[in-house]
Amino acid sequence: MADDVLRLEAIRKAYYVGTPVESEVLHGVDLTLGKGEFCALMGPSGSGKSTLLNVIGLLDRPTGGRLFIDGRDTGGLDDRALTRLRGRSIGFVFQYHYLLPAFTALENVVMPMLVDRGHPDDAMRRRAGELLESVGLTPWRDNLAVNMSGGQQQRVAVARALAMNPSLILADEPTGNLDTKAAQGVFDLLREVNRTHGTTVLIVTHNHVLAAQCDRIIDLVDGRIVGDRRPEAATGRA
Amino acid sequence: MTSWLPFEWIAASRFLREGRLQTSFIILGVAIGVGVIVFMSAALAGQQANVIRRVLSAQAHIVLLPPQEVARPLRDPARVAEAAIVQKPYQRLRSIDQWQRIVADVARMGNVTAVSPMASGPMLAVRGEATRAVTVSGVDAGHYFKIVPLPEKIVAGVARLNAEDIVVGTELASDLGVTVGDKLRVVPSVGPGTTLTITGIVDLGSKSANQRNAYVALHTAQALLGLIGGVTSIDLTVPDIYAAETVAQAIGAATGVEADSWIRTNTQLYIAINAQIVANTSIRIFVGLAIAFGIAAVLIVSVTQKSKEIGILRAMGASQGQILRVFLLEGGVLGLAGSLFGSALGAAAIVLWGVLVKNPDGTPLFPLELDPRLFVGAAVLATLTGIAAALAPAVRGARLDPVVAIRG
Repeated sequence: MADDVLRLEAIRKAYYVGTPVESEVLHGVDLTLGKGEFCALMGPSGSGKSTLLNVIGLLDRPTGGRLFIDGRDTGGLDDRALTRLRGRSIGFVFQYHYLLPAFTALENVVMPMLVDRGHPDDAMRRRAGELLESVGLTPWRDNLAVNMSGGQQQRVAVARALAMNPSLILADEPTGNLDTKAAQGVFDLLREVNRTHGTTVLIVTHNHVLAAQCDRIIDLVDGRIVGDRRPEAATGRA
Repeated sequence: MTSWLPFEWIAASRFLREGRLQTSFIILGVAIGVGVIVFMSAALAGQQANVIRRVLSAQAHIVLLPPQEVARPLRDPARVAEAAIVQKPYQRLRSIDQWQRIVADVARMGNVTAVSPMASGPMLAVRGEATRAVTVSGVDAGHYFKIVPLPEKIVAGVARLNAEDIVVGTELASDLGVTVGDKLRVVPSVGPGTTLTITGIVDLGSKSANQRNAYVALHTAQALLGLIGGVTSIDLTVPDIYAAETVAQAIGAATGVEADSWIRTNTQLYIAINAQIVANTSIRIFVGLAIAFGIAAVLIVSVTQKSKEIGILRAMGASQGQILRVFLLEGGVLGLAGSLFGSALGAAAIVLWGVLVKNPDGTPLFPLELDPRLFVGAAVLATLTGIAAALAPAVRGARLDPVVAIRG
């Protein structure tokens, strides 16, 4: 239990609570991710994957149930504490990479550290440089984010997610917008991060080929977990 | 990010730079507004100072007069009888009682800069067949010139006032056909007249004043008016002209004489000056509001445009306070930058005014001063306005739900 990076107990999420159009999207989700797990979250559109990811990422509060990050109950935390916990414990990689267009690749990677500490310093820049090198983007470090290819931007996003050395990386269809080769490249990068840093990764994907390369696959349908399995050995790499 | 500035500065400056066109347009807008305020304030202050200087250089700030004579009906408490009609008594020409003591007392007061006793009254200026009614003022040159600088207003001759000398206004001189060195006979309403020599001709700045006024030595006037050793008024100047009425009231209460300030004798002018100040203040307020709404509008658009970035920053761990400060800073920077350009615009307009708008004689119509306080004030005010205007957009940005913001 102590090694659990993430633990969900009967998490519910409803919208328009108290109105005639109240609708529950997550109906009591239980899920535990241990340290170093590399897990895929799959499910059809509208099954509540993104909602679940937002709840886990502390971007959205559940309407019921309990959520533990690094063994810490997040229920009683105020917005400030949640923001701090999110910044330090969770790294995000979004589908549309979402870099800050006004900043260079290096500055984008520095940003989480800058937001956390308030002032920039050389150590941040050094770490950002190392992270960019680890994703193979050193030559592009001073490029504005908008002047890079989709695959490059997503690599920057991965480097950025690693900046605060989080225990959990949440990736919402990180390869959904990339061609097969670039997608595999970004996936391999996440896998490598998972192996070298022991970072727990939860990756939302529709791509069965990539899902098959994960350690564990969670199936979400209509706001309920209907499957929690190991990928079949037969499904190899494409 | 080469500097060591905090996160908020880095983000605010980068966002402003990213929206270059918006940023430069709103800075231009703010600059025009601030420029108008700077120039208008300087113009108004210059014009007011000019009017006041012209008006007050020909008259005292406060004039002390003997108390008005009032009719005191006799009453008999035993028989309840009273005159049905009480006529207002006529005001004789008379001296201020114990004026030497009053002059000494007033001169000792801290808020009075010059004191000059005067004996003046109506007389006829006669030359041959021509006769003009004039007010002859008997003054002590040394004291009086500190209040009304006659030597500066001399157009011919000198401002010398010995026993036999008289200085007359330009219109009076031309009406009587006299010039410097000519003799002029001055006749009071009662008693014998005397013949004086014109030593100087002055231009007092208004035709009627130039027609009516003549200056002689104090004791000459005292002799003509039959007020030996007496004075009819005491002229004063004060350092703060707007406090003249307060000072006058204090002097009146302390000495028992009638004390009239320029504010009371020039009520219309005073009202006009005040009206201008009110008009200027309202223009400033409305221009300031226009600036504030302009900045607010630009920042609201900017918050909407940057909602995705705000969401990303929030997901990365940026607090609501940090987002709030980024946009407040943007507002402050827009206000400050606009006010700097605006001050430059205003200063340029002021300099241009000095070059282009001139009197027929080539002197500036009225001088405009480049008061540094005006620029500092404009900069501080514009910065505060910018921050205040940014408040609503900043709160909106800070309250954005990161989930909604990221989804766009």
